[in-house]
Amino acid sequence: QGKFTLLRDTRTDGSFLVHHFLSFYLRAGCKVCFVALFQSFSHYSVVAQKLGVSLTAAKERGQLVFLEGLKSCLDLCFGEEEEQSREPSALQFLSGSSSDLKALFDFVQASLSPAGSDTWKGPVLLVDDLSVLLSLGATPVAVLDFIHYCRVTVCSQLKGNIVVLVHSHQDSGDKENELVGNCLWHQSDLILWAEGLATGFCRDVHGQIRIIKRVSLELRGEQDHIQIYQYKIQDKNVSFFAPGLSAAVL
Amino acid sequence: VFTEEDKYSLYSSLLFKYFLAEGVVCGHDLFVASAKEHPDNILKELPAPLLDDGHRNELGEEATAVKSEDFQDSMKIAWRYQNLPKMEASPTTTTKFGHYYDVSKKMPPELLQSIKWQSFYLPEELCSQPKKKLCSMNSAYARLLESIQRIIYQQGFDGSDPQKKQKNILRIGIQSLGSMLWGDDICSSDAPEDIHSLTKFLYVLRGLLRKSLSACIITVPAHLIQNKAIMERVTNLSDTVVGLESFIGSERETNPLYKDYHGLVHVHQIPRLNSLICDVSDTKDLAFRLKRKLFTIERLHLPPDLSDTVSRTSKQDLAESAKLLSSGCGAMAMGKKHLDF
Repeated sequence: QGKFTLLRDTRTDGSFLVHHFLSFYLRAGCKVCFVALFQSFSHYSVVAQKLGVSLTAAKERGQLVFLEGLKSCLDLCFGEEEEQSREPSALQFLSGSSSDLKALFDFVQASLSPAGSDTWKGPVLLVDDLSVLLSLGATPVAVLDFIHYCRVTVCSQLKGNIVVLVHSHQDSGDKENELVGNCLWHQSDLILWAEGLATGFCRDVHGQIRIIKRVSLELRGEQDHIQIYQYKIQDKNVSFFAPGLSAAVL
Repeated sequence: VFTEEDKYSLYSSLLFKYFLAEGVVCGHDLFVASAKEHPDNILKELPAPLLDDGHRNELGEEATAVKSEDFQDSMKIAWRYQNLPKMEASPTTTTKFGHYYDVSKKMPPELLQSIKWQSFYLPEELCSQPKKKLCSMNSAYARLLESIQRIIYQQGFDGSDPQKKQKNILRIGIQSLGSMLWGDDICSSDAPEDIHSLTKFLYVLRGLLRKSLSACIITVPAHLIQNKAIMERVTNLSDTVVGLESFIGSERETNPLYKDYHGLVHVHQIPRLNSLICDVSDTKDLAFRLKRKLFTIERLHLPPDLSDTVSRTSKQDLAESAKLLSSGCGAMAMGKKHLDF
């Protein structure tokens, strides 16, 4: 309850973690607000179907609030003037009228605030991914403020969870992105870091994942617990194994 | 699809034309945008498609020659590779995907006339006023987006109007995006005025492509962009990223390792759409060469180091190149794998 999970990927694509958390929380009966900036609804829907969850059904019963970033952006750019003045877009910062992500936060808050008839267990905010906001012109400060406001509302007030994906590169030239990633690292309760193998591409081991439980934040004098697994992504699931013990080698 | 241009953009424009030519042969609609060359001229320069039979025979002969040779001897030195499946010498025996083109001939105009195509030539478009201030991005990009969106909407590629149901695909080609000709200064300074224009453009384009039946190839002079952050963000926003590194003017041109090839193909990213997995090929070491008639992309294989008189310097080169090549399971190619469009 009230946990902030950071998903990070380096040299590989960590989106499988996003799909996992989405289907995980939906199956657990939580109310999910998914800020999906990177792919279309149908992409997430098809993958979720393989993992056994129907996003369309979840949307219809009000369990899932889905913000399709690509579509919202198009509506903002090519939509009719009257429509826009009636219902301000969650991605208002794109039009340059404001430089902060307040509209996006308002959207999240409105989606996850408990309505009278809700019977869902804890609210969850899922973001895929934060690096896109920087590409679209949001400043790192605006992004961090947005996350801060979300934490206060979702984690502290509503006792819900937040899961956020941030891309990162080794020796990255993108200083803003690294700044956001590092700041969030320090704030996270749990970090899942998917990395491509240092030795390069391999068919049987797609990457390595580090699971870091930030026990040090609880000020008990303990170090963070770190577990390392290697993984291989398959069509309908991901298999994890201890480093060096891939099925191909044994 | 996002292609990083090679230094003199000879080969990237070839790939660009291949993409468009494939569209013509398949009967797709085309949209060609450029700031430096008029799209009419680009379309006149498309390579001619090869007739099936002639080409099959050529490849078939090569294939039989190779097969008969190594059928007899079992491997003596490289015995460990004995158990690897034989690589197919030519793809004609497998399912056919795409068409082949003859680079020395131009596409016949009748074929071009059989499809519908639109063009966007920036110098012509600058005369008209942009209709909206799109997300405060560079006005050339804004105009291009407006134009693409208009075509998609009017021709029914997005299925929004049930009357105009389109079953066809729109192939969009945008040349040299990000260059100075598009009014963007990311290629000329490392502290550009608006570093977000290109990435905003790509995001909106991504939205347009996702909601319509279209595919797009963009070539970008990546070697000119000083700001690494921009290239990283552009890579993240694209589905497929291919880099072309030509050997012209570089020290690799005279390197005996690469004598058969004209350049390297770096596949930086492949799409992972509608699935958890993506279709990764076995090897990541690809090189291209431009023969008189054919542009081929092949698996890069090191020539055997047979000579006693190989000097120290070239041995060092070999070692360095081996480090550069990522570990593709040490696959010594027994044949070639052609990638076609």
